[in-house]
Amino acid sequence: MKRLLLALFCFLSFSVYANEPAATTAEATDTEDFKPGEMILHHIGDAHEWHFATLGSEEHGTHLTIPLPVIAYRPTQGLSVFSSSRLAEGKVYDGLKLEHEHLESEDGSKVYDFSITKNVASLMLSAALLLLVFTAVARGYAKRGSGAPRGIQSFFEPIIVFIRDEVAKKSIGPKYERYMPYLLTIFFFIWFNNLLGLLPGGANLTGNIAVTLTLAVLTLLITLFSSNKNYWHHIFATPGVPKALLPIMIPVEVIGIFVKPFSLMVRLFANITAGHIVTLSFISLIFIFRNIGVAPVSLAFGLFINTLELMVAILQAYIFTLLTAMYIGGAVEEHHDADYQIGGGDGAEQAHAHGH
Amino acid sequence: MQIVTPEFGLIFWQLVIFGIVLLLLRAFAWKPILSSLKERESSIEGALRMADQAKLEMQQLKAGNEKLLAEARMERDRILKEATDVSNQLIEQAKNKATEEGSRMIVQAREAIQNEKNAALAEVKNTAAKLSIDIAERILRRELADQPAQQQLVDSYLQEVKLN
Repeated sequence: MKRLLLALFCFLSFSVYANEPAATTAEATDTEDFKPGEMILHHIGDAHEWHFATLGSEEHGTHLTIPLPVIAYRPTQGLSVFSSSRLAEGKVYDGLKLEHEHLESEDGSKVYDFSITKNVASLMLSAALLLLVFTAVARGYAKRGSGAPRGIQSFFEPIIVFIRDEVAKKSIGPKYERYMPYLLTIFFFIWFNNLLGLLPGGANLTGNIAVTLTLAVLTLLITLFSSNKNYWHHIFATPGVPKALLPIMIPVEVIGIFVKPFSLMVRLFANITAGHIVTLSFISLIFIFRNIGVAPVSLAFGLFINTLELMVAILQAYIFTLLTAMYIGGAVEEHHDADYQIGGGDGAEQAHAHGH
Repeated sequence: MQIVTPEFGLIFWQLVIFGIVLLLLRAFAWKPILSSLKERESSIEGALRMADQAKLEMQQLKAGNEKLLAEARMERDRILKEATDVSNQLIEQAKNKATEEGSRMIVQAREAIQNEKNAALAEVKNTAAKLSIDIAERILRRELADQPAQQQLVDSYLQEVKLN
């Protein structure tokens, strides 16, 4: 793990030095107003280049950035691929320009932006990292068979076993095995990307609504495609509800289908983005007060929030996985005995007899 | 608000890359990992069950051993008893045989004594006959001299013989 992270850092820093602009730094005497809101939104948002730092002023300083490929598709002109450095600082290239990191065409026609943005690049890195780490873990199993785990294998084994036993088995029940690959992948995908987002210069991938939306939609689709008749029966003829109330209950239940993944999407997005905003806000305090005395306070709070974020990183991954497992579990459940047995005891047995 | 507006491009890449990651991890990581975990768990469970079974077998073996030991003890007692019986019988037999032999020897000795006695009597009779003849010879020689004296002599001889 440590080695992999180190390798990642090496890779990133190598590219930075390779692309360092030759322009010399101008005097950083500008006293332009510091706008924390803009800075924070810039940090948590997506970008067409990977910006690490700026030495000197905004206009004349050295920008440590990696230009990323812009891939734009316009129905009229087709596909165009070029480096994002051609669009830097509001330049126009091939009839395209960046308006607040949003790719637009000069003539106002429709542009489909498939660019490898900072988030997409980070996504690719995390994908590579996930594949590297878990094929290494799998190699451990191939090598040692059913012997005791060692190294990276022994670090991840308890987590995998936890997801299997405490999340999948308990929430889904006997059919859990089909969903294990998806559950394990979202868990580690979210966790790894949360951690990568906490690294200096890292992209806020799991705090991006597009990413959480995609994951939530995948969960929704898996839930719907694995649902059985009990699930739909529960929605359109909720047991224990009088017939007269069904016109109200059915819309509520149908909305519930979509609210569940919506809550997944918002929860992950909001938790991760909020963490980044809070950390950045504490750092901004130094620049707002223009006083070095604030720095220790900011650093202490920033460090505290960052540590908290390390915990939130795994917690949110766990919650997303657990809720996904519970939604799937609700869709594949065979008996809805649980709905009847509010009182427990005899009622449960009756309901069971009724169910058969 | 730009941060709550999902970008189409990112959704596309997320779907593509996440899908690839999911498929690759499923094939090359999760399936082998989960199957190895399952295998290991079942092997541990099997080992535990086997240990239980071995324990049970040990207990059965122990009970069997004890039974065997008890049987062996009983067998030994039985053999000992039999041996004692046989020895007693043998002693009895020997005693009987000895007594029988003794009485038989006594009978033989008696018979031998009787035979000797008879032989001796026969010899005595022979001797007596011979003596009688001798006496008769002597008498016959003296006859010519004295009749009453001869009678007296015969009587005295006879007396002598009886005394013998």
